[in-house]
Amino acid sequence: MLKINNLHATIGDKKILKGINLEVKEGEVHAIMGPNGSGKSTLASVLAGREFVKVTEGEIIFNGKNLLELSPEERSKEGIFLGFQYPIEIPGVSMVAFMKAAVNAHREYKGLEPLSASDFLKLMREKKELVEIDSKLANRSVNEGFSGGEKKKNEIFQMAMLEPKLSILDETDSGLDIDALRVVANGVNKLKRGDTSSIVITHYQRLLDYIVPDIVHVLYDGRIVKTSGKGLALELEIKGYDWIKKEVDQN
Amino acid sequence: MGMSNKTDYTDRYLGYFDKSIDEIRESSSPLVNSFRESAITTFRRMGIPSRKNENYKYTDLTPFFDHDYQTSFLPRAEDIKEAENFRCNVAELDTHGIILVNGYYPHAQRLIELPQGIWVGSFNEASKKFKALFEKHYAKYASTEKDGLVHLNTAMASDGIFIYVPDNTICEQTIQIVNIVQSTEEIFNQHRNLIVVGNNSEMTMMICDHTLSPMKFLTNAVTEVSVGENSKYNIIRIQNEHNSAGKITHTFINQERNSFASSNNISLHGGLIRNNTYHFLSGEGAETRSNGLYLTDKFQHTDNYVSVDHFVPNCSSNQLFKGVLDDISTAAFNGRIYVHPDAQGTTAYQRNNTILLTDDTKMNTKPHLEIYADDVKCSHGATVGQVDEDVLFYLRSRGIDKREAKLMLMFGFAHDVIQDIPVAAIRERLDNLVMQRLRGELSRCASCMVKCCE
Repeated sequence: MLKINNLHATIGDKKILKGINLEVKEGEVHAIMGPNGSGKSTLASVLAGREFVKVTEGEIIFNGKNLLELSPEERSKEGIFLGFQYPIEIPGVSMVAFMKAAVNAHREYKGLEPLSASDFLKLMREKKELVEIDSKLANRSVNEGFSGGEKKKNEIFQMAMLEPKLSILDETDSGLDIDALRVVANGVNKLKRGDTSSIVITHYQRLLDYIVPDIVHVLYDGRIVKTSGKGLALELEIKGYDWIKKEVDQN
Repeated sequence: MGMSNKTDYTDRYLGYFDKSIDEIRESSSPLVNSFRESAITTFRRMGIPSRKNENYKYTDLTPFFDHDYQTSFLPRAEDIKEAENFRCNVAELDTHGIILVNGYYPHAQRLIELPQGIWVGSFNEASKKFKALFEKHYAKYASTEKDGLVHLNTAMASDGIFIYVPDNTICEQTIQIVNIVQSTEEIFNQHRNLIVVGNNSEMTMMICDHTLSPMKFLTNAVTEVSVGENSKYNIIRIQNEHNSAGKITHTFINQERNSFASSNNISLHGGLIRNNTYHFLSGEGAETRSNGLYLTDKFQHTDNYVSVDHFVPNCSSNQLFKGVLDDISTAAFNGRIYVHPDAQGTTAYQRNNTILLTDDTKMNTKPHLEIYADDVKCSHGATVGQVDEDVLFYLRSRGIDKREAKLMLMFGFAHDVIQDIPVAAIRERLDNLVMQRLRGELSRCASCMVKCCE
């Protein structure tokens, strides 16, 4: 599904990603862990198409397409979804208008007619129930005045509406209490199908108790320095990142 | 005001006065005439404001005022014909609609009594029939030492709209005034409106400013409003004129005890727009909202000057003005809050936010607070900036293309002002007009009989 080859990227003059190689196959859940400043969020930004990150070398192939040639909106319509670490508040734009524009853009891309008003509201209702978000949130302006937890749940709701092939959850667990964390993780698990994949970016093991990864990577100083099964996450939880840093720095 | 604050083309307007005043006097009531001499004297002293006038620092009137216009200070036969068929059939909007053509009330029936004793009609006619009301209210609020144009209007205006809502009366319908300028000649018009809302009453009015022919036009309009005790009054002004139209409005709203008033200036299109909105909080417990939205492009310029006087204790006021500027257009906002020494317990807020879509647009924003009481809550804030890239990316990351995402953002930004408008049907209509305007389409009411932009 996704293949990243030798990816280098800079922000301003600073080299952040220094040769990332990663392959995600259909149905897999990958966790990317690592200390602060290792490049985790930059990787998510590159995948979603943020313009302030410049790719200097390497390629990303997503379902046979050169991802780096696609605009953020095309990537979304191809099936990539980024769950934001800091979801944005948009006063004056209702969740309904936002999701309607997004869903219909996806439908147009697939050659489908836009949803009727009633079918759209029905879809909203179903997905709200699926991810257990408060009905009232969907009637408000996008994220405006939402608590941290509500914002993260709203990301999962958007994911449910758009049914991505590959979801990238960037530090979705940061700032969540345990109940919100459970709701978010349940949502992700319910949306999982045999042909969808996820990349879960997290600093802590906590989220991985709920979203169980097939493969865990450790990102350090712009490179993936360790790849292993889910046991690696637990090891990191106990031992921290220092031993990995030491290992890398010695080589 | 020294001589330097007035422009040298002031003489042209004194010339218009000399040329037309006999005719104007002849058609007007003695009461309205009694103000003309002192008004023209004041105008002669103050003149057309130049940019040296602090209140006009950011608006150059020269391109519109330094120009020779045909002066039609009396109604013309062809204007009258326009009005015959007029009907506004905005869906779900229950209005009593009237039309004003080139500043004149052209309906054959000069004054109409609506159910509940509400009177609507010609200012000129009403000044003869409602002498006591005019004596009490006419030219009582429209007086400023800062703007000669108000005095020019008092000196020369002869017609406009009159509305009277008696005590204990709720006007269920929105009173809609379609104010059109249409001529094969370049004309300067000055109309005068007087609105009197009694005690314990309610009224909402909407003024749609349109131009129907592509000539160069200039309008200098004054509206005086008196809102009685415990009453509610809303004015919604929708401005949609062509790029050769200059529009100066002066609206004075005086409020008595425990009254509520809102002013909503929605400037969608026009070459030069300058709205002066004065709020006088004269009775305790009065509340006022002064809102505005300005969307400009090409070489347009829109300026809102707002002045709120808190004369008495325990009143509140809130100003919200927002705008989106495109191409090489410019705009200005000047919000004055004056809390007089007696006005303890005042709350007064002000906010102005502008989005600049290009590097060549320019916005001048200036809060002006003078506070002479000590138990007061006041705040003001202004922002001028670009469309937020982070917000844009968020929308795009969900599949919405860049153009549409930008539109959604601007629409949301503008909706902040629209959502405050008290009539749902007008809100919906305005949302549509704003969306059309932001899309770069001509915005007009599909069901408006006046096909102004076709």
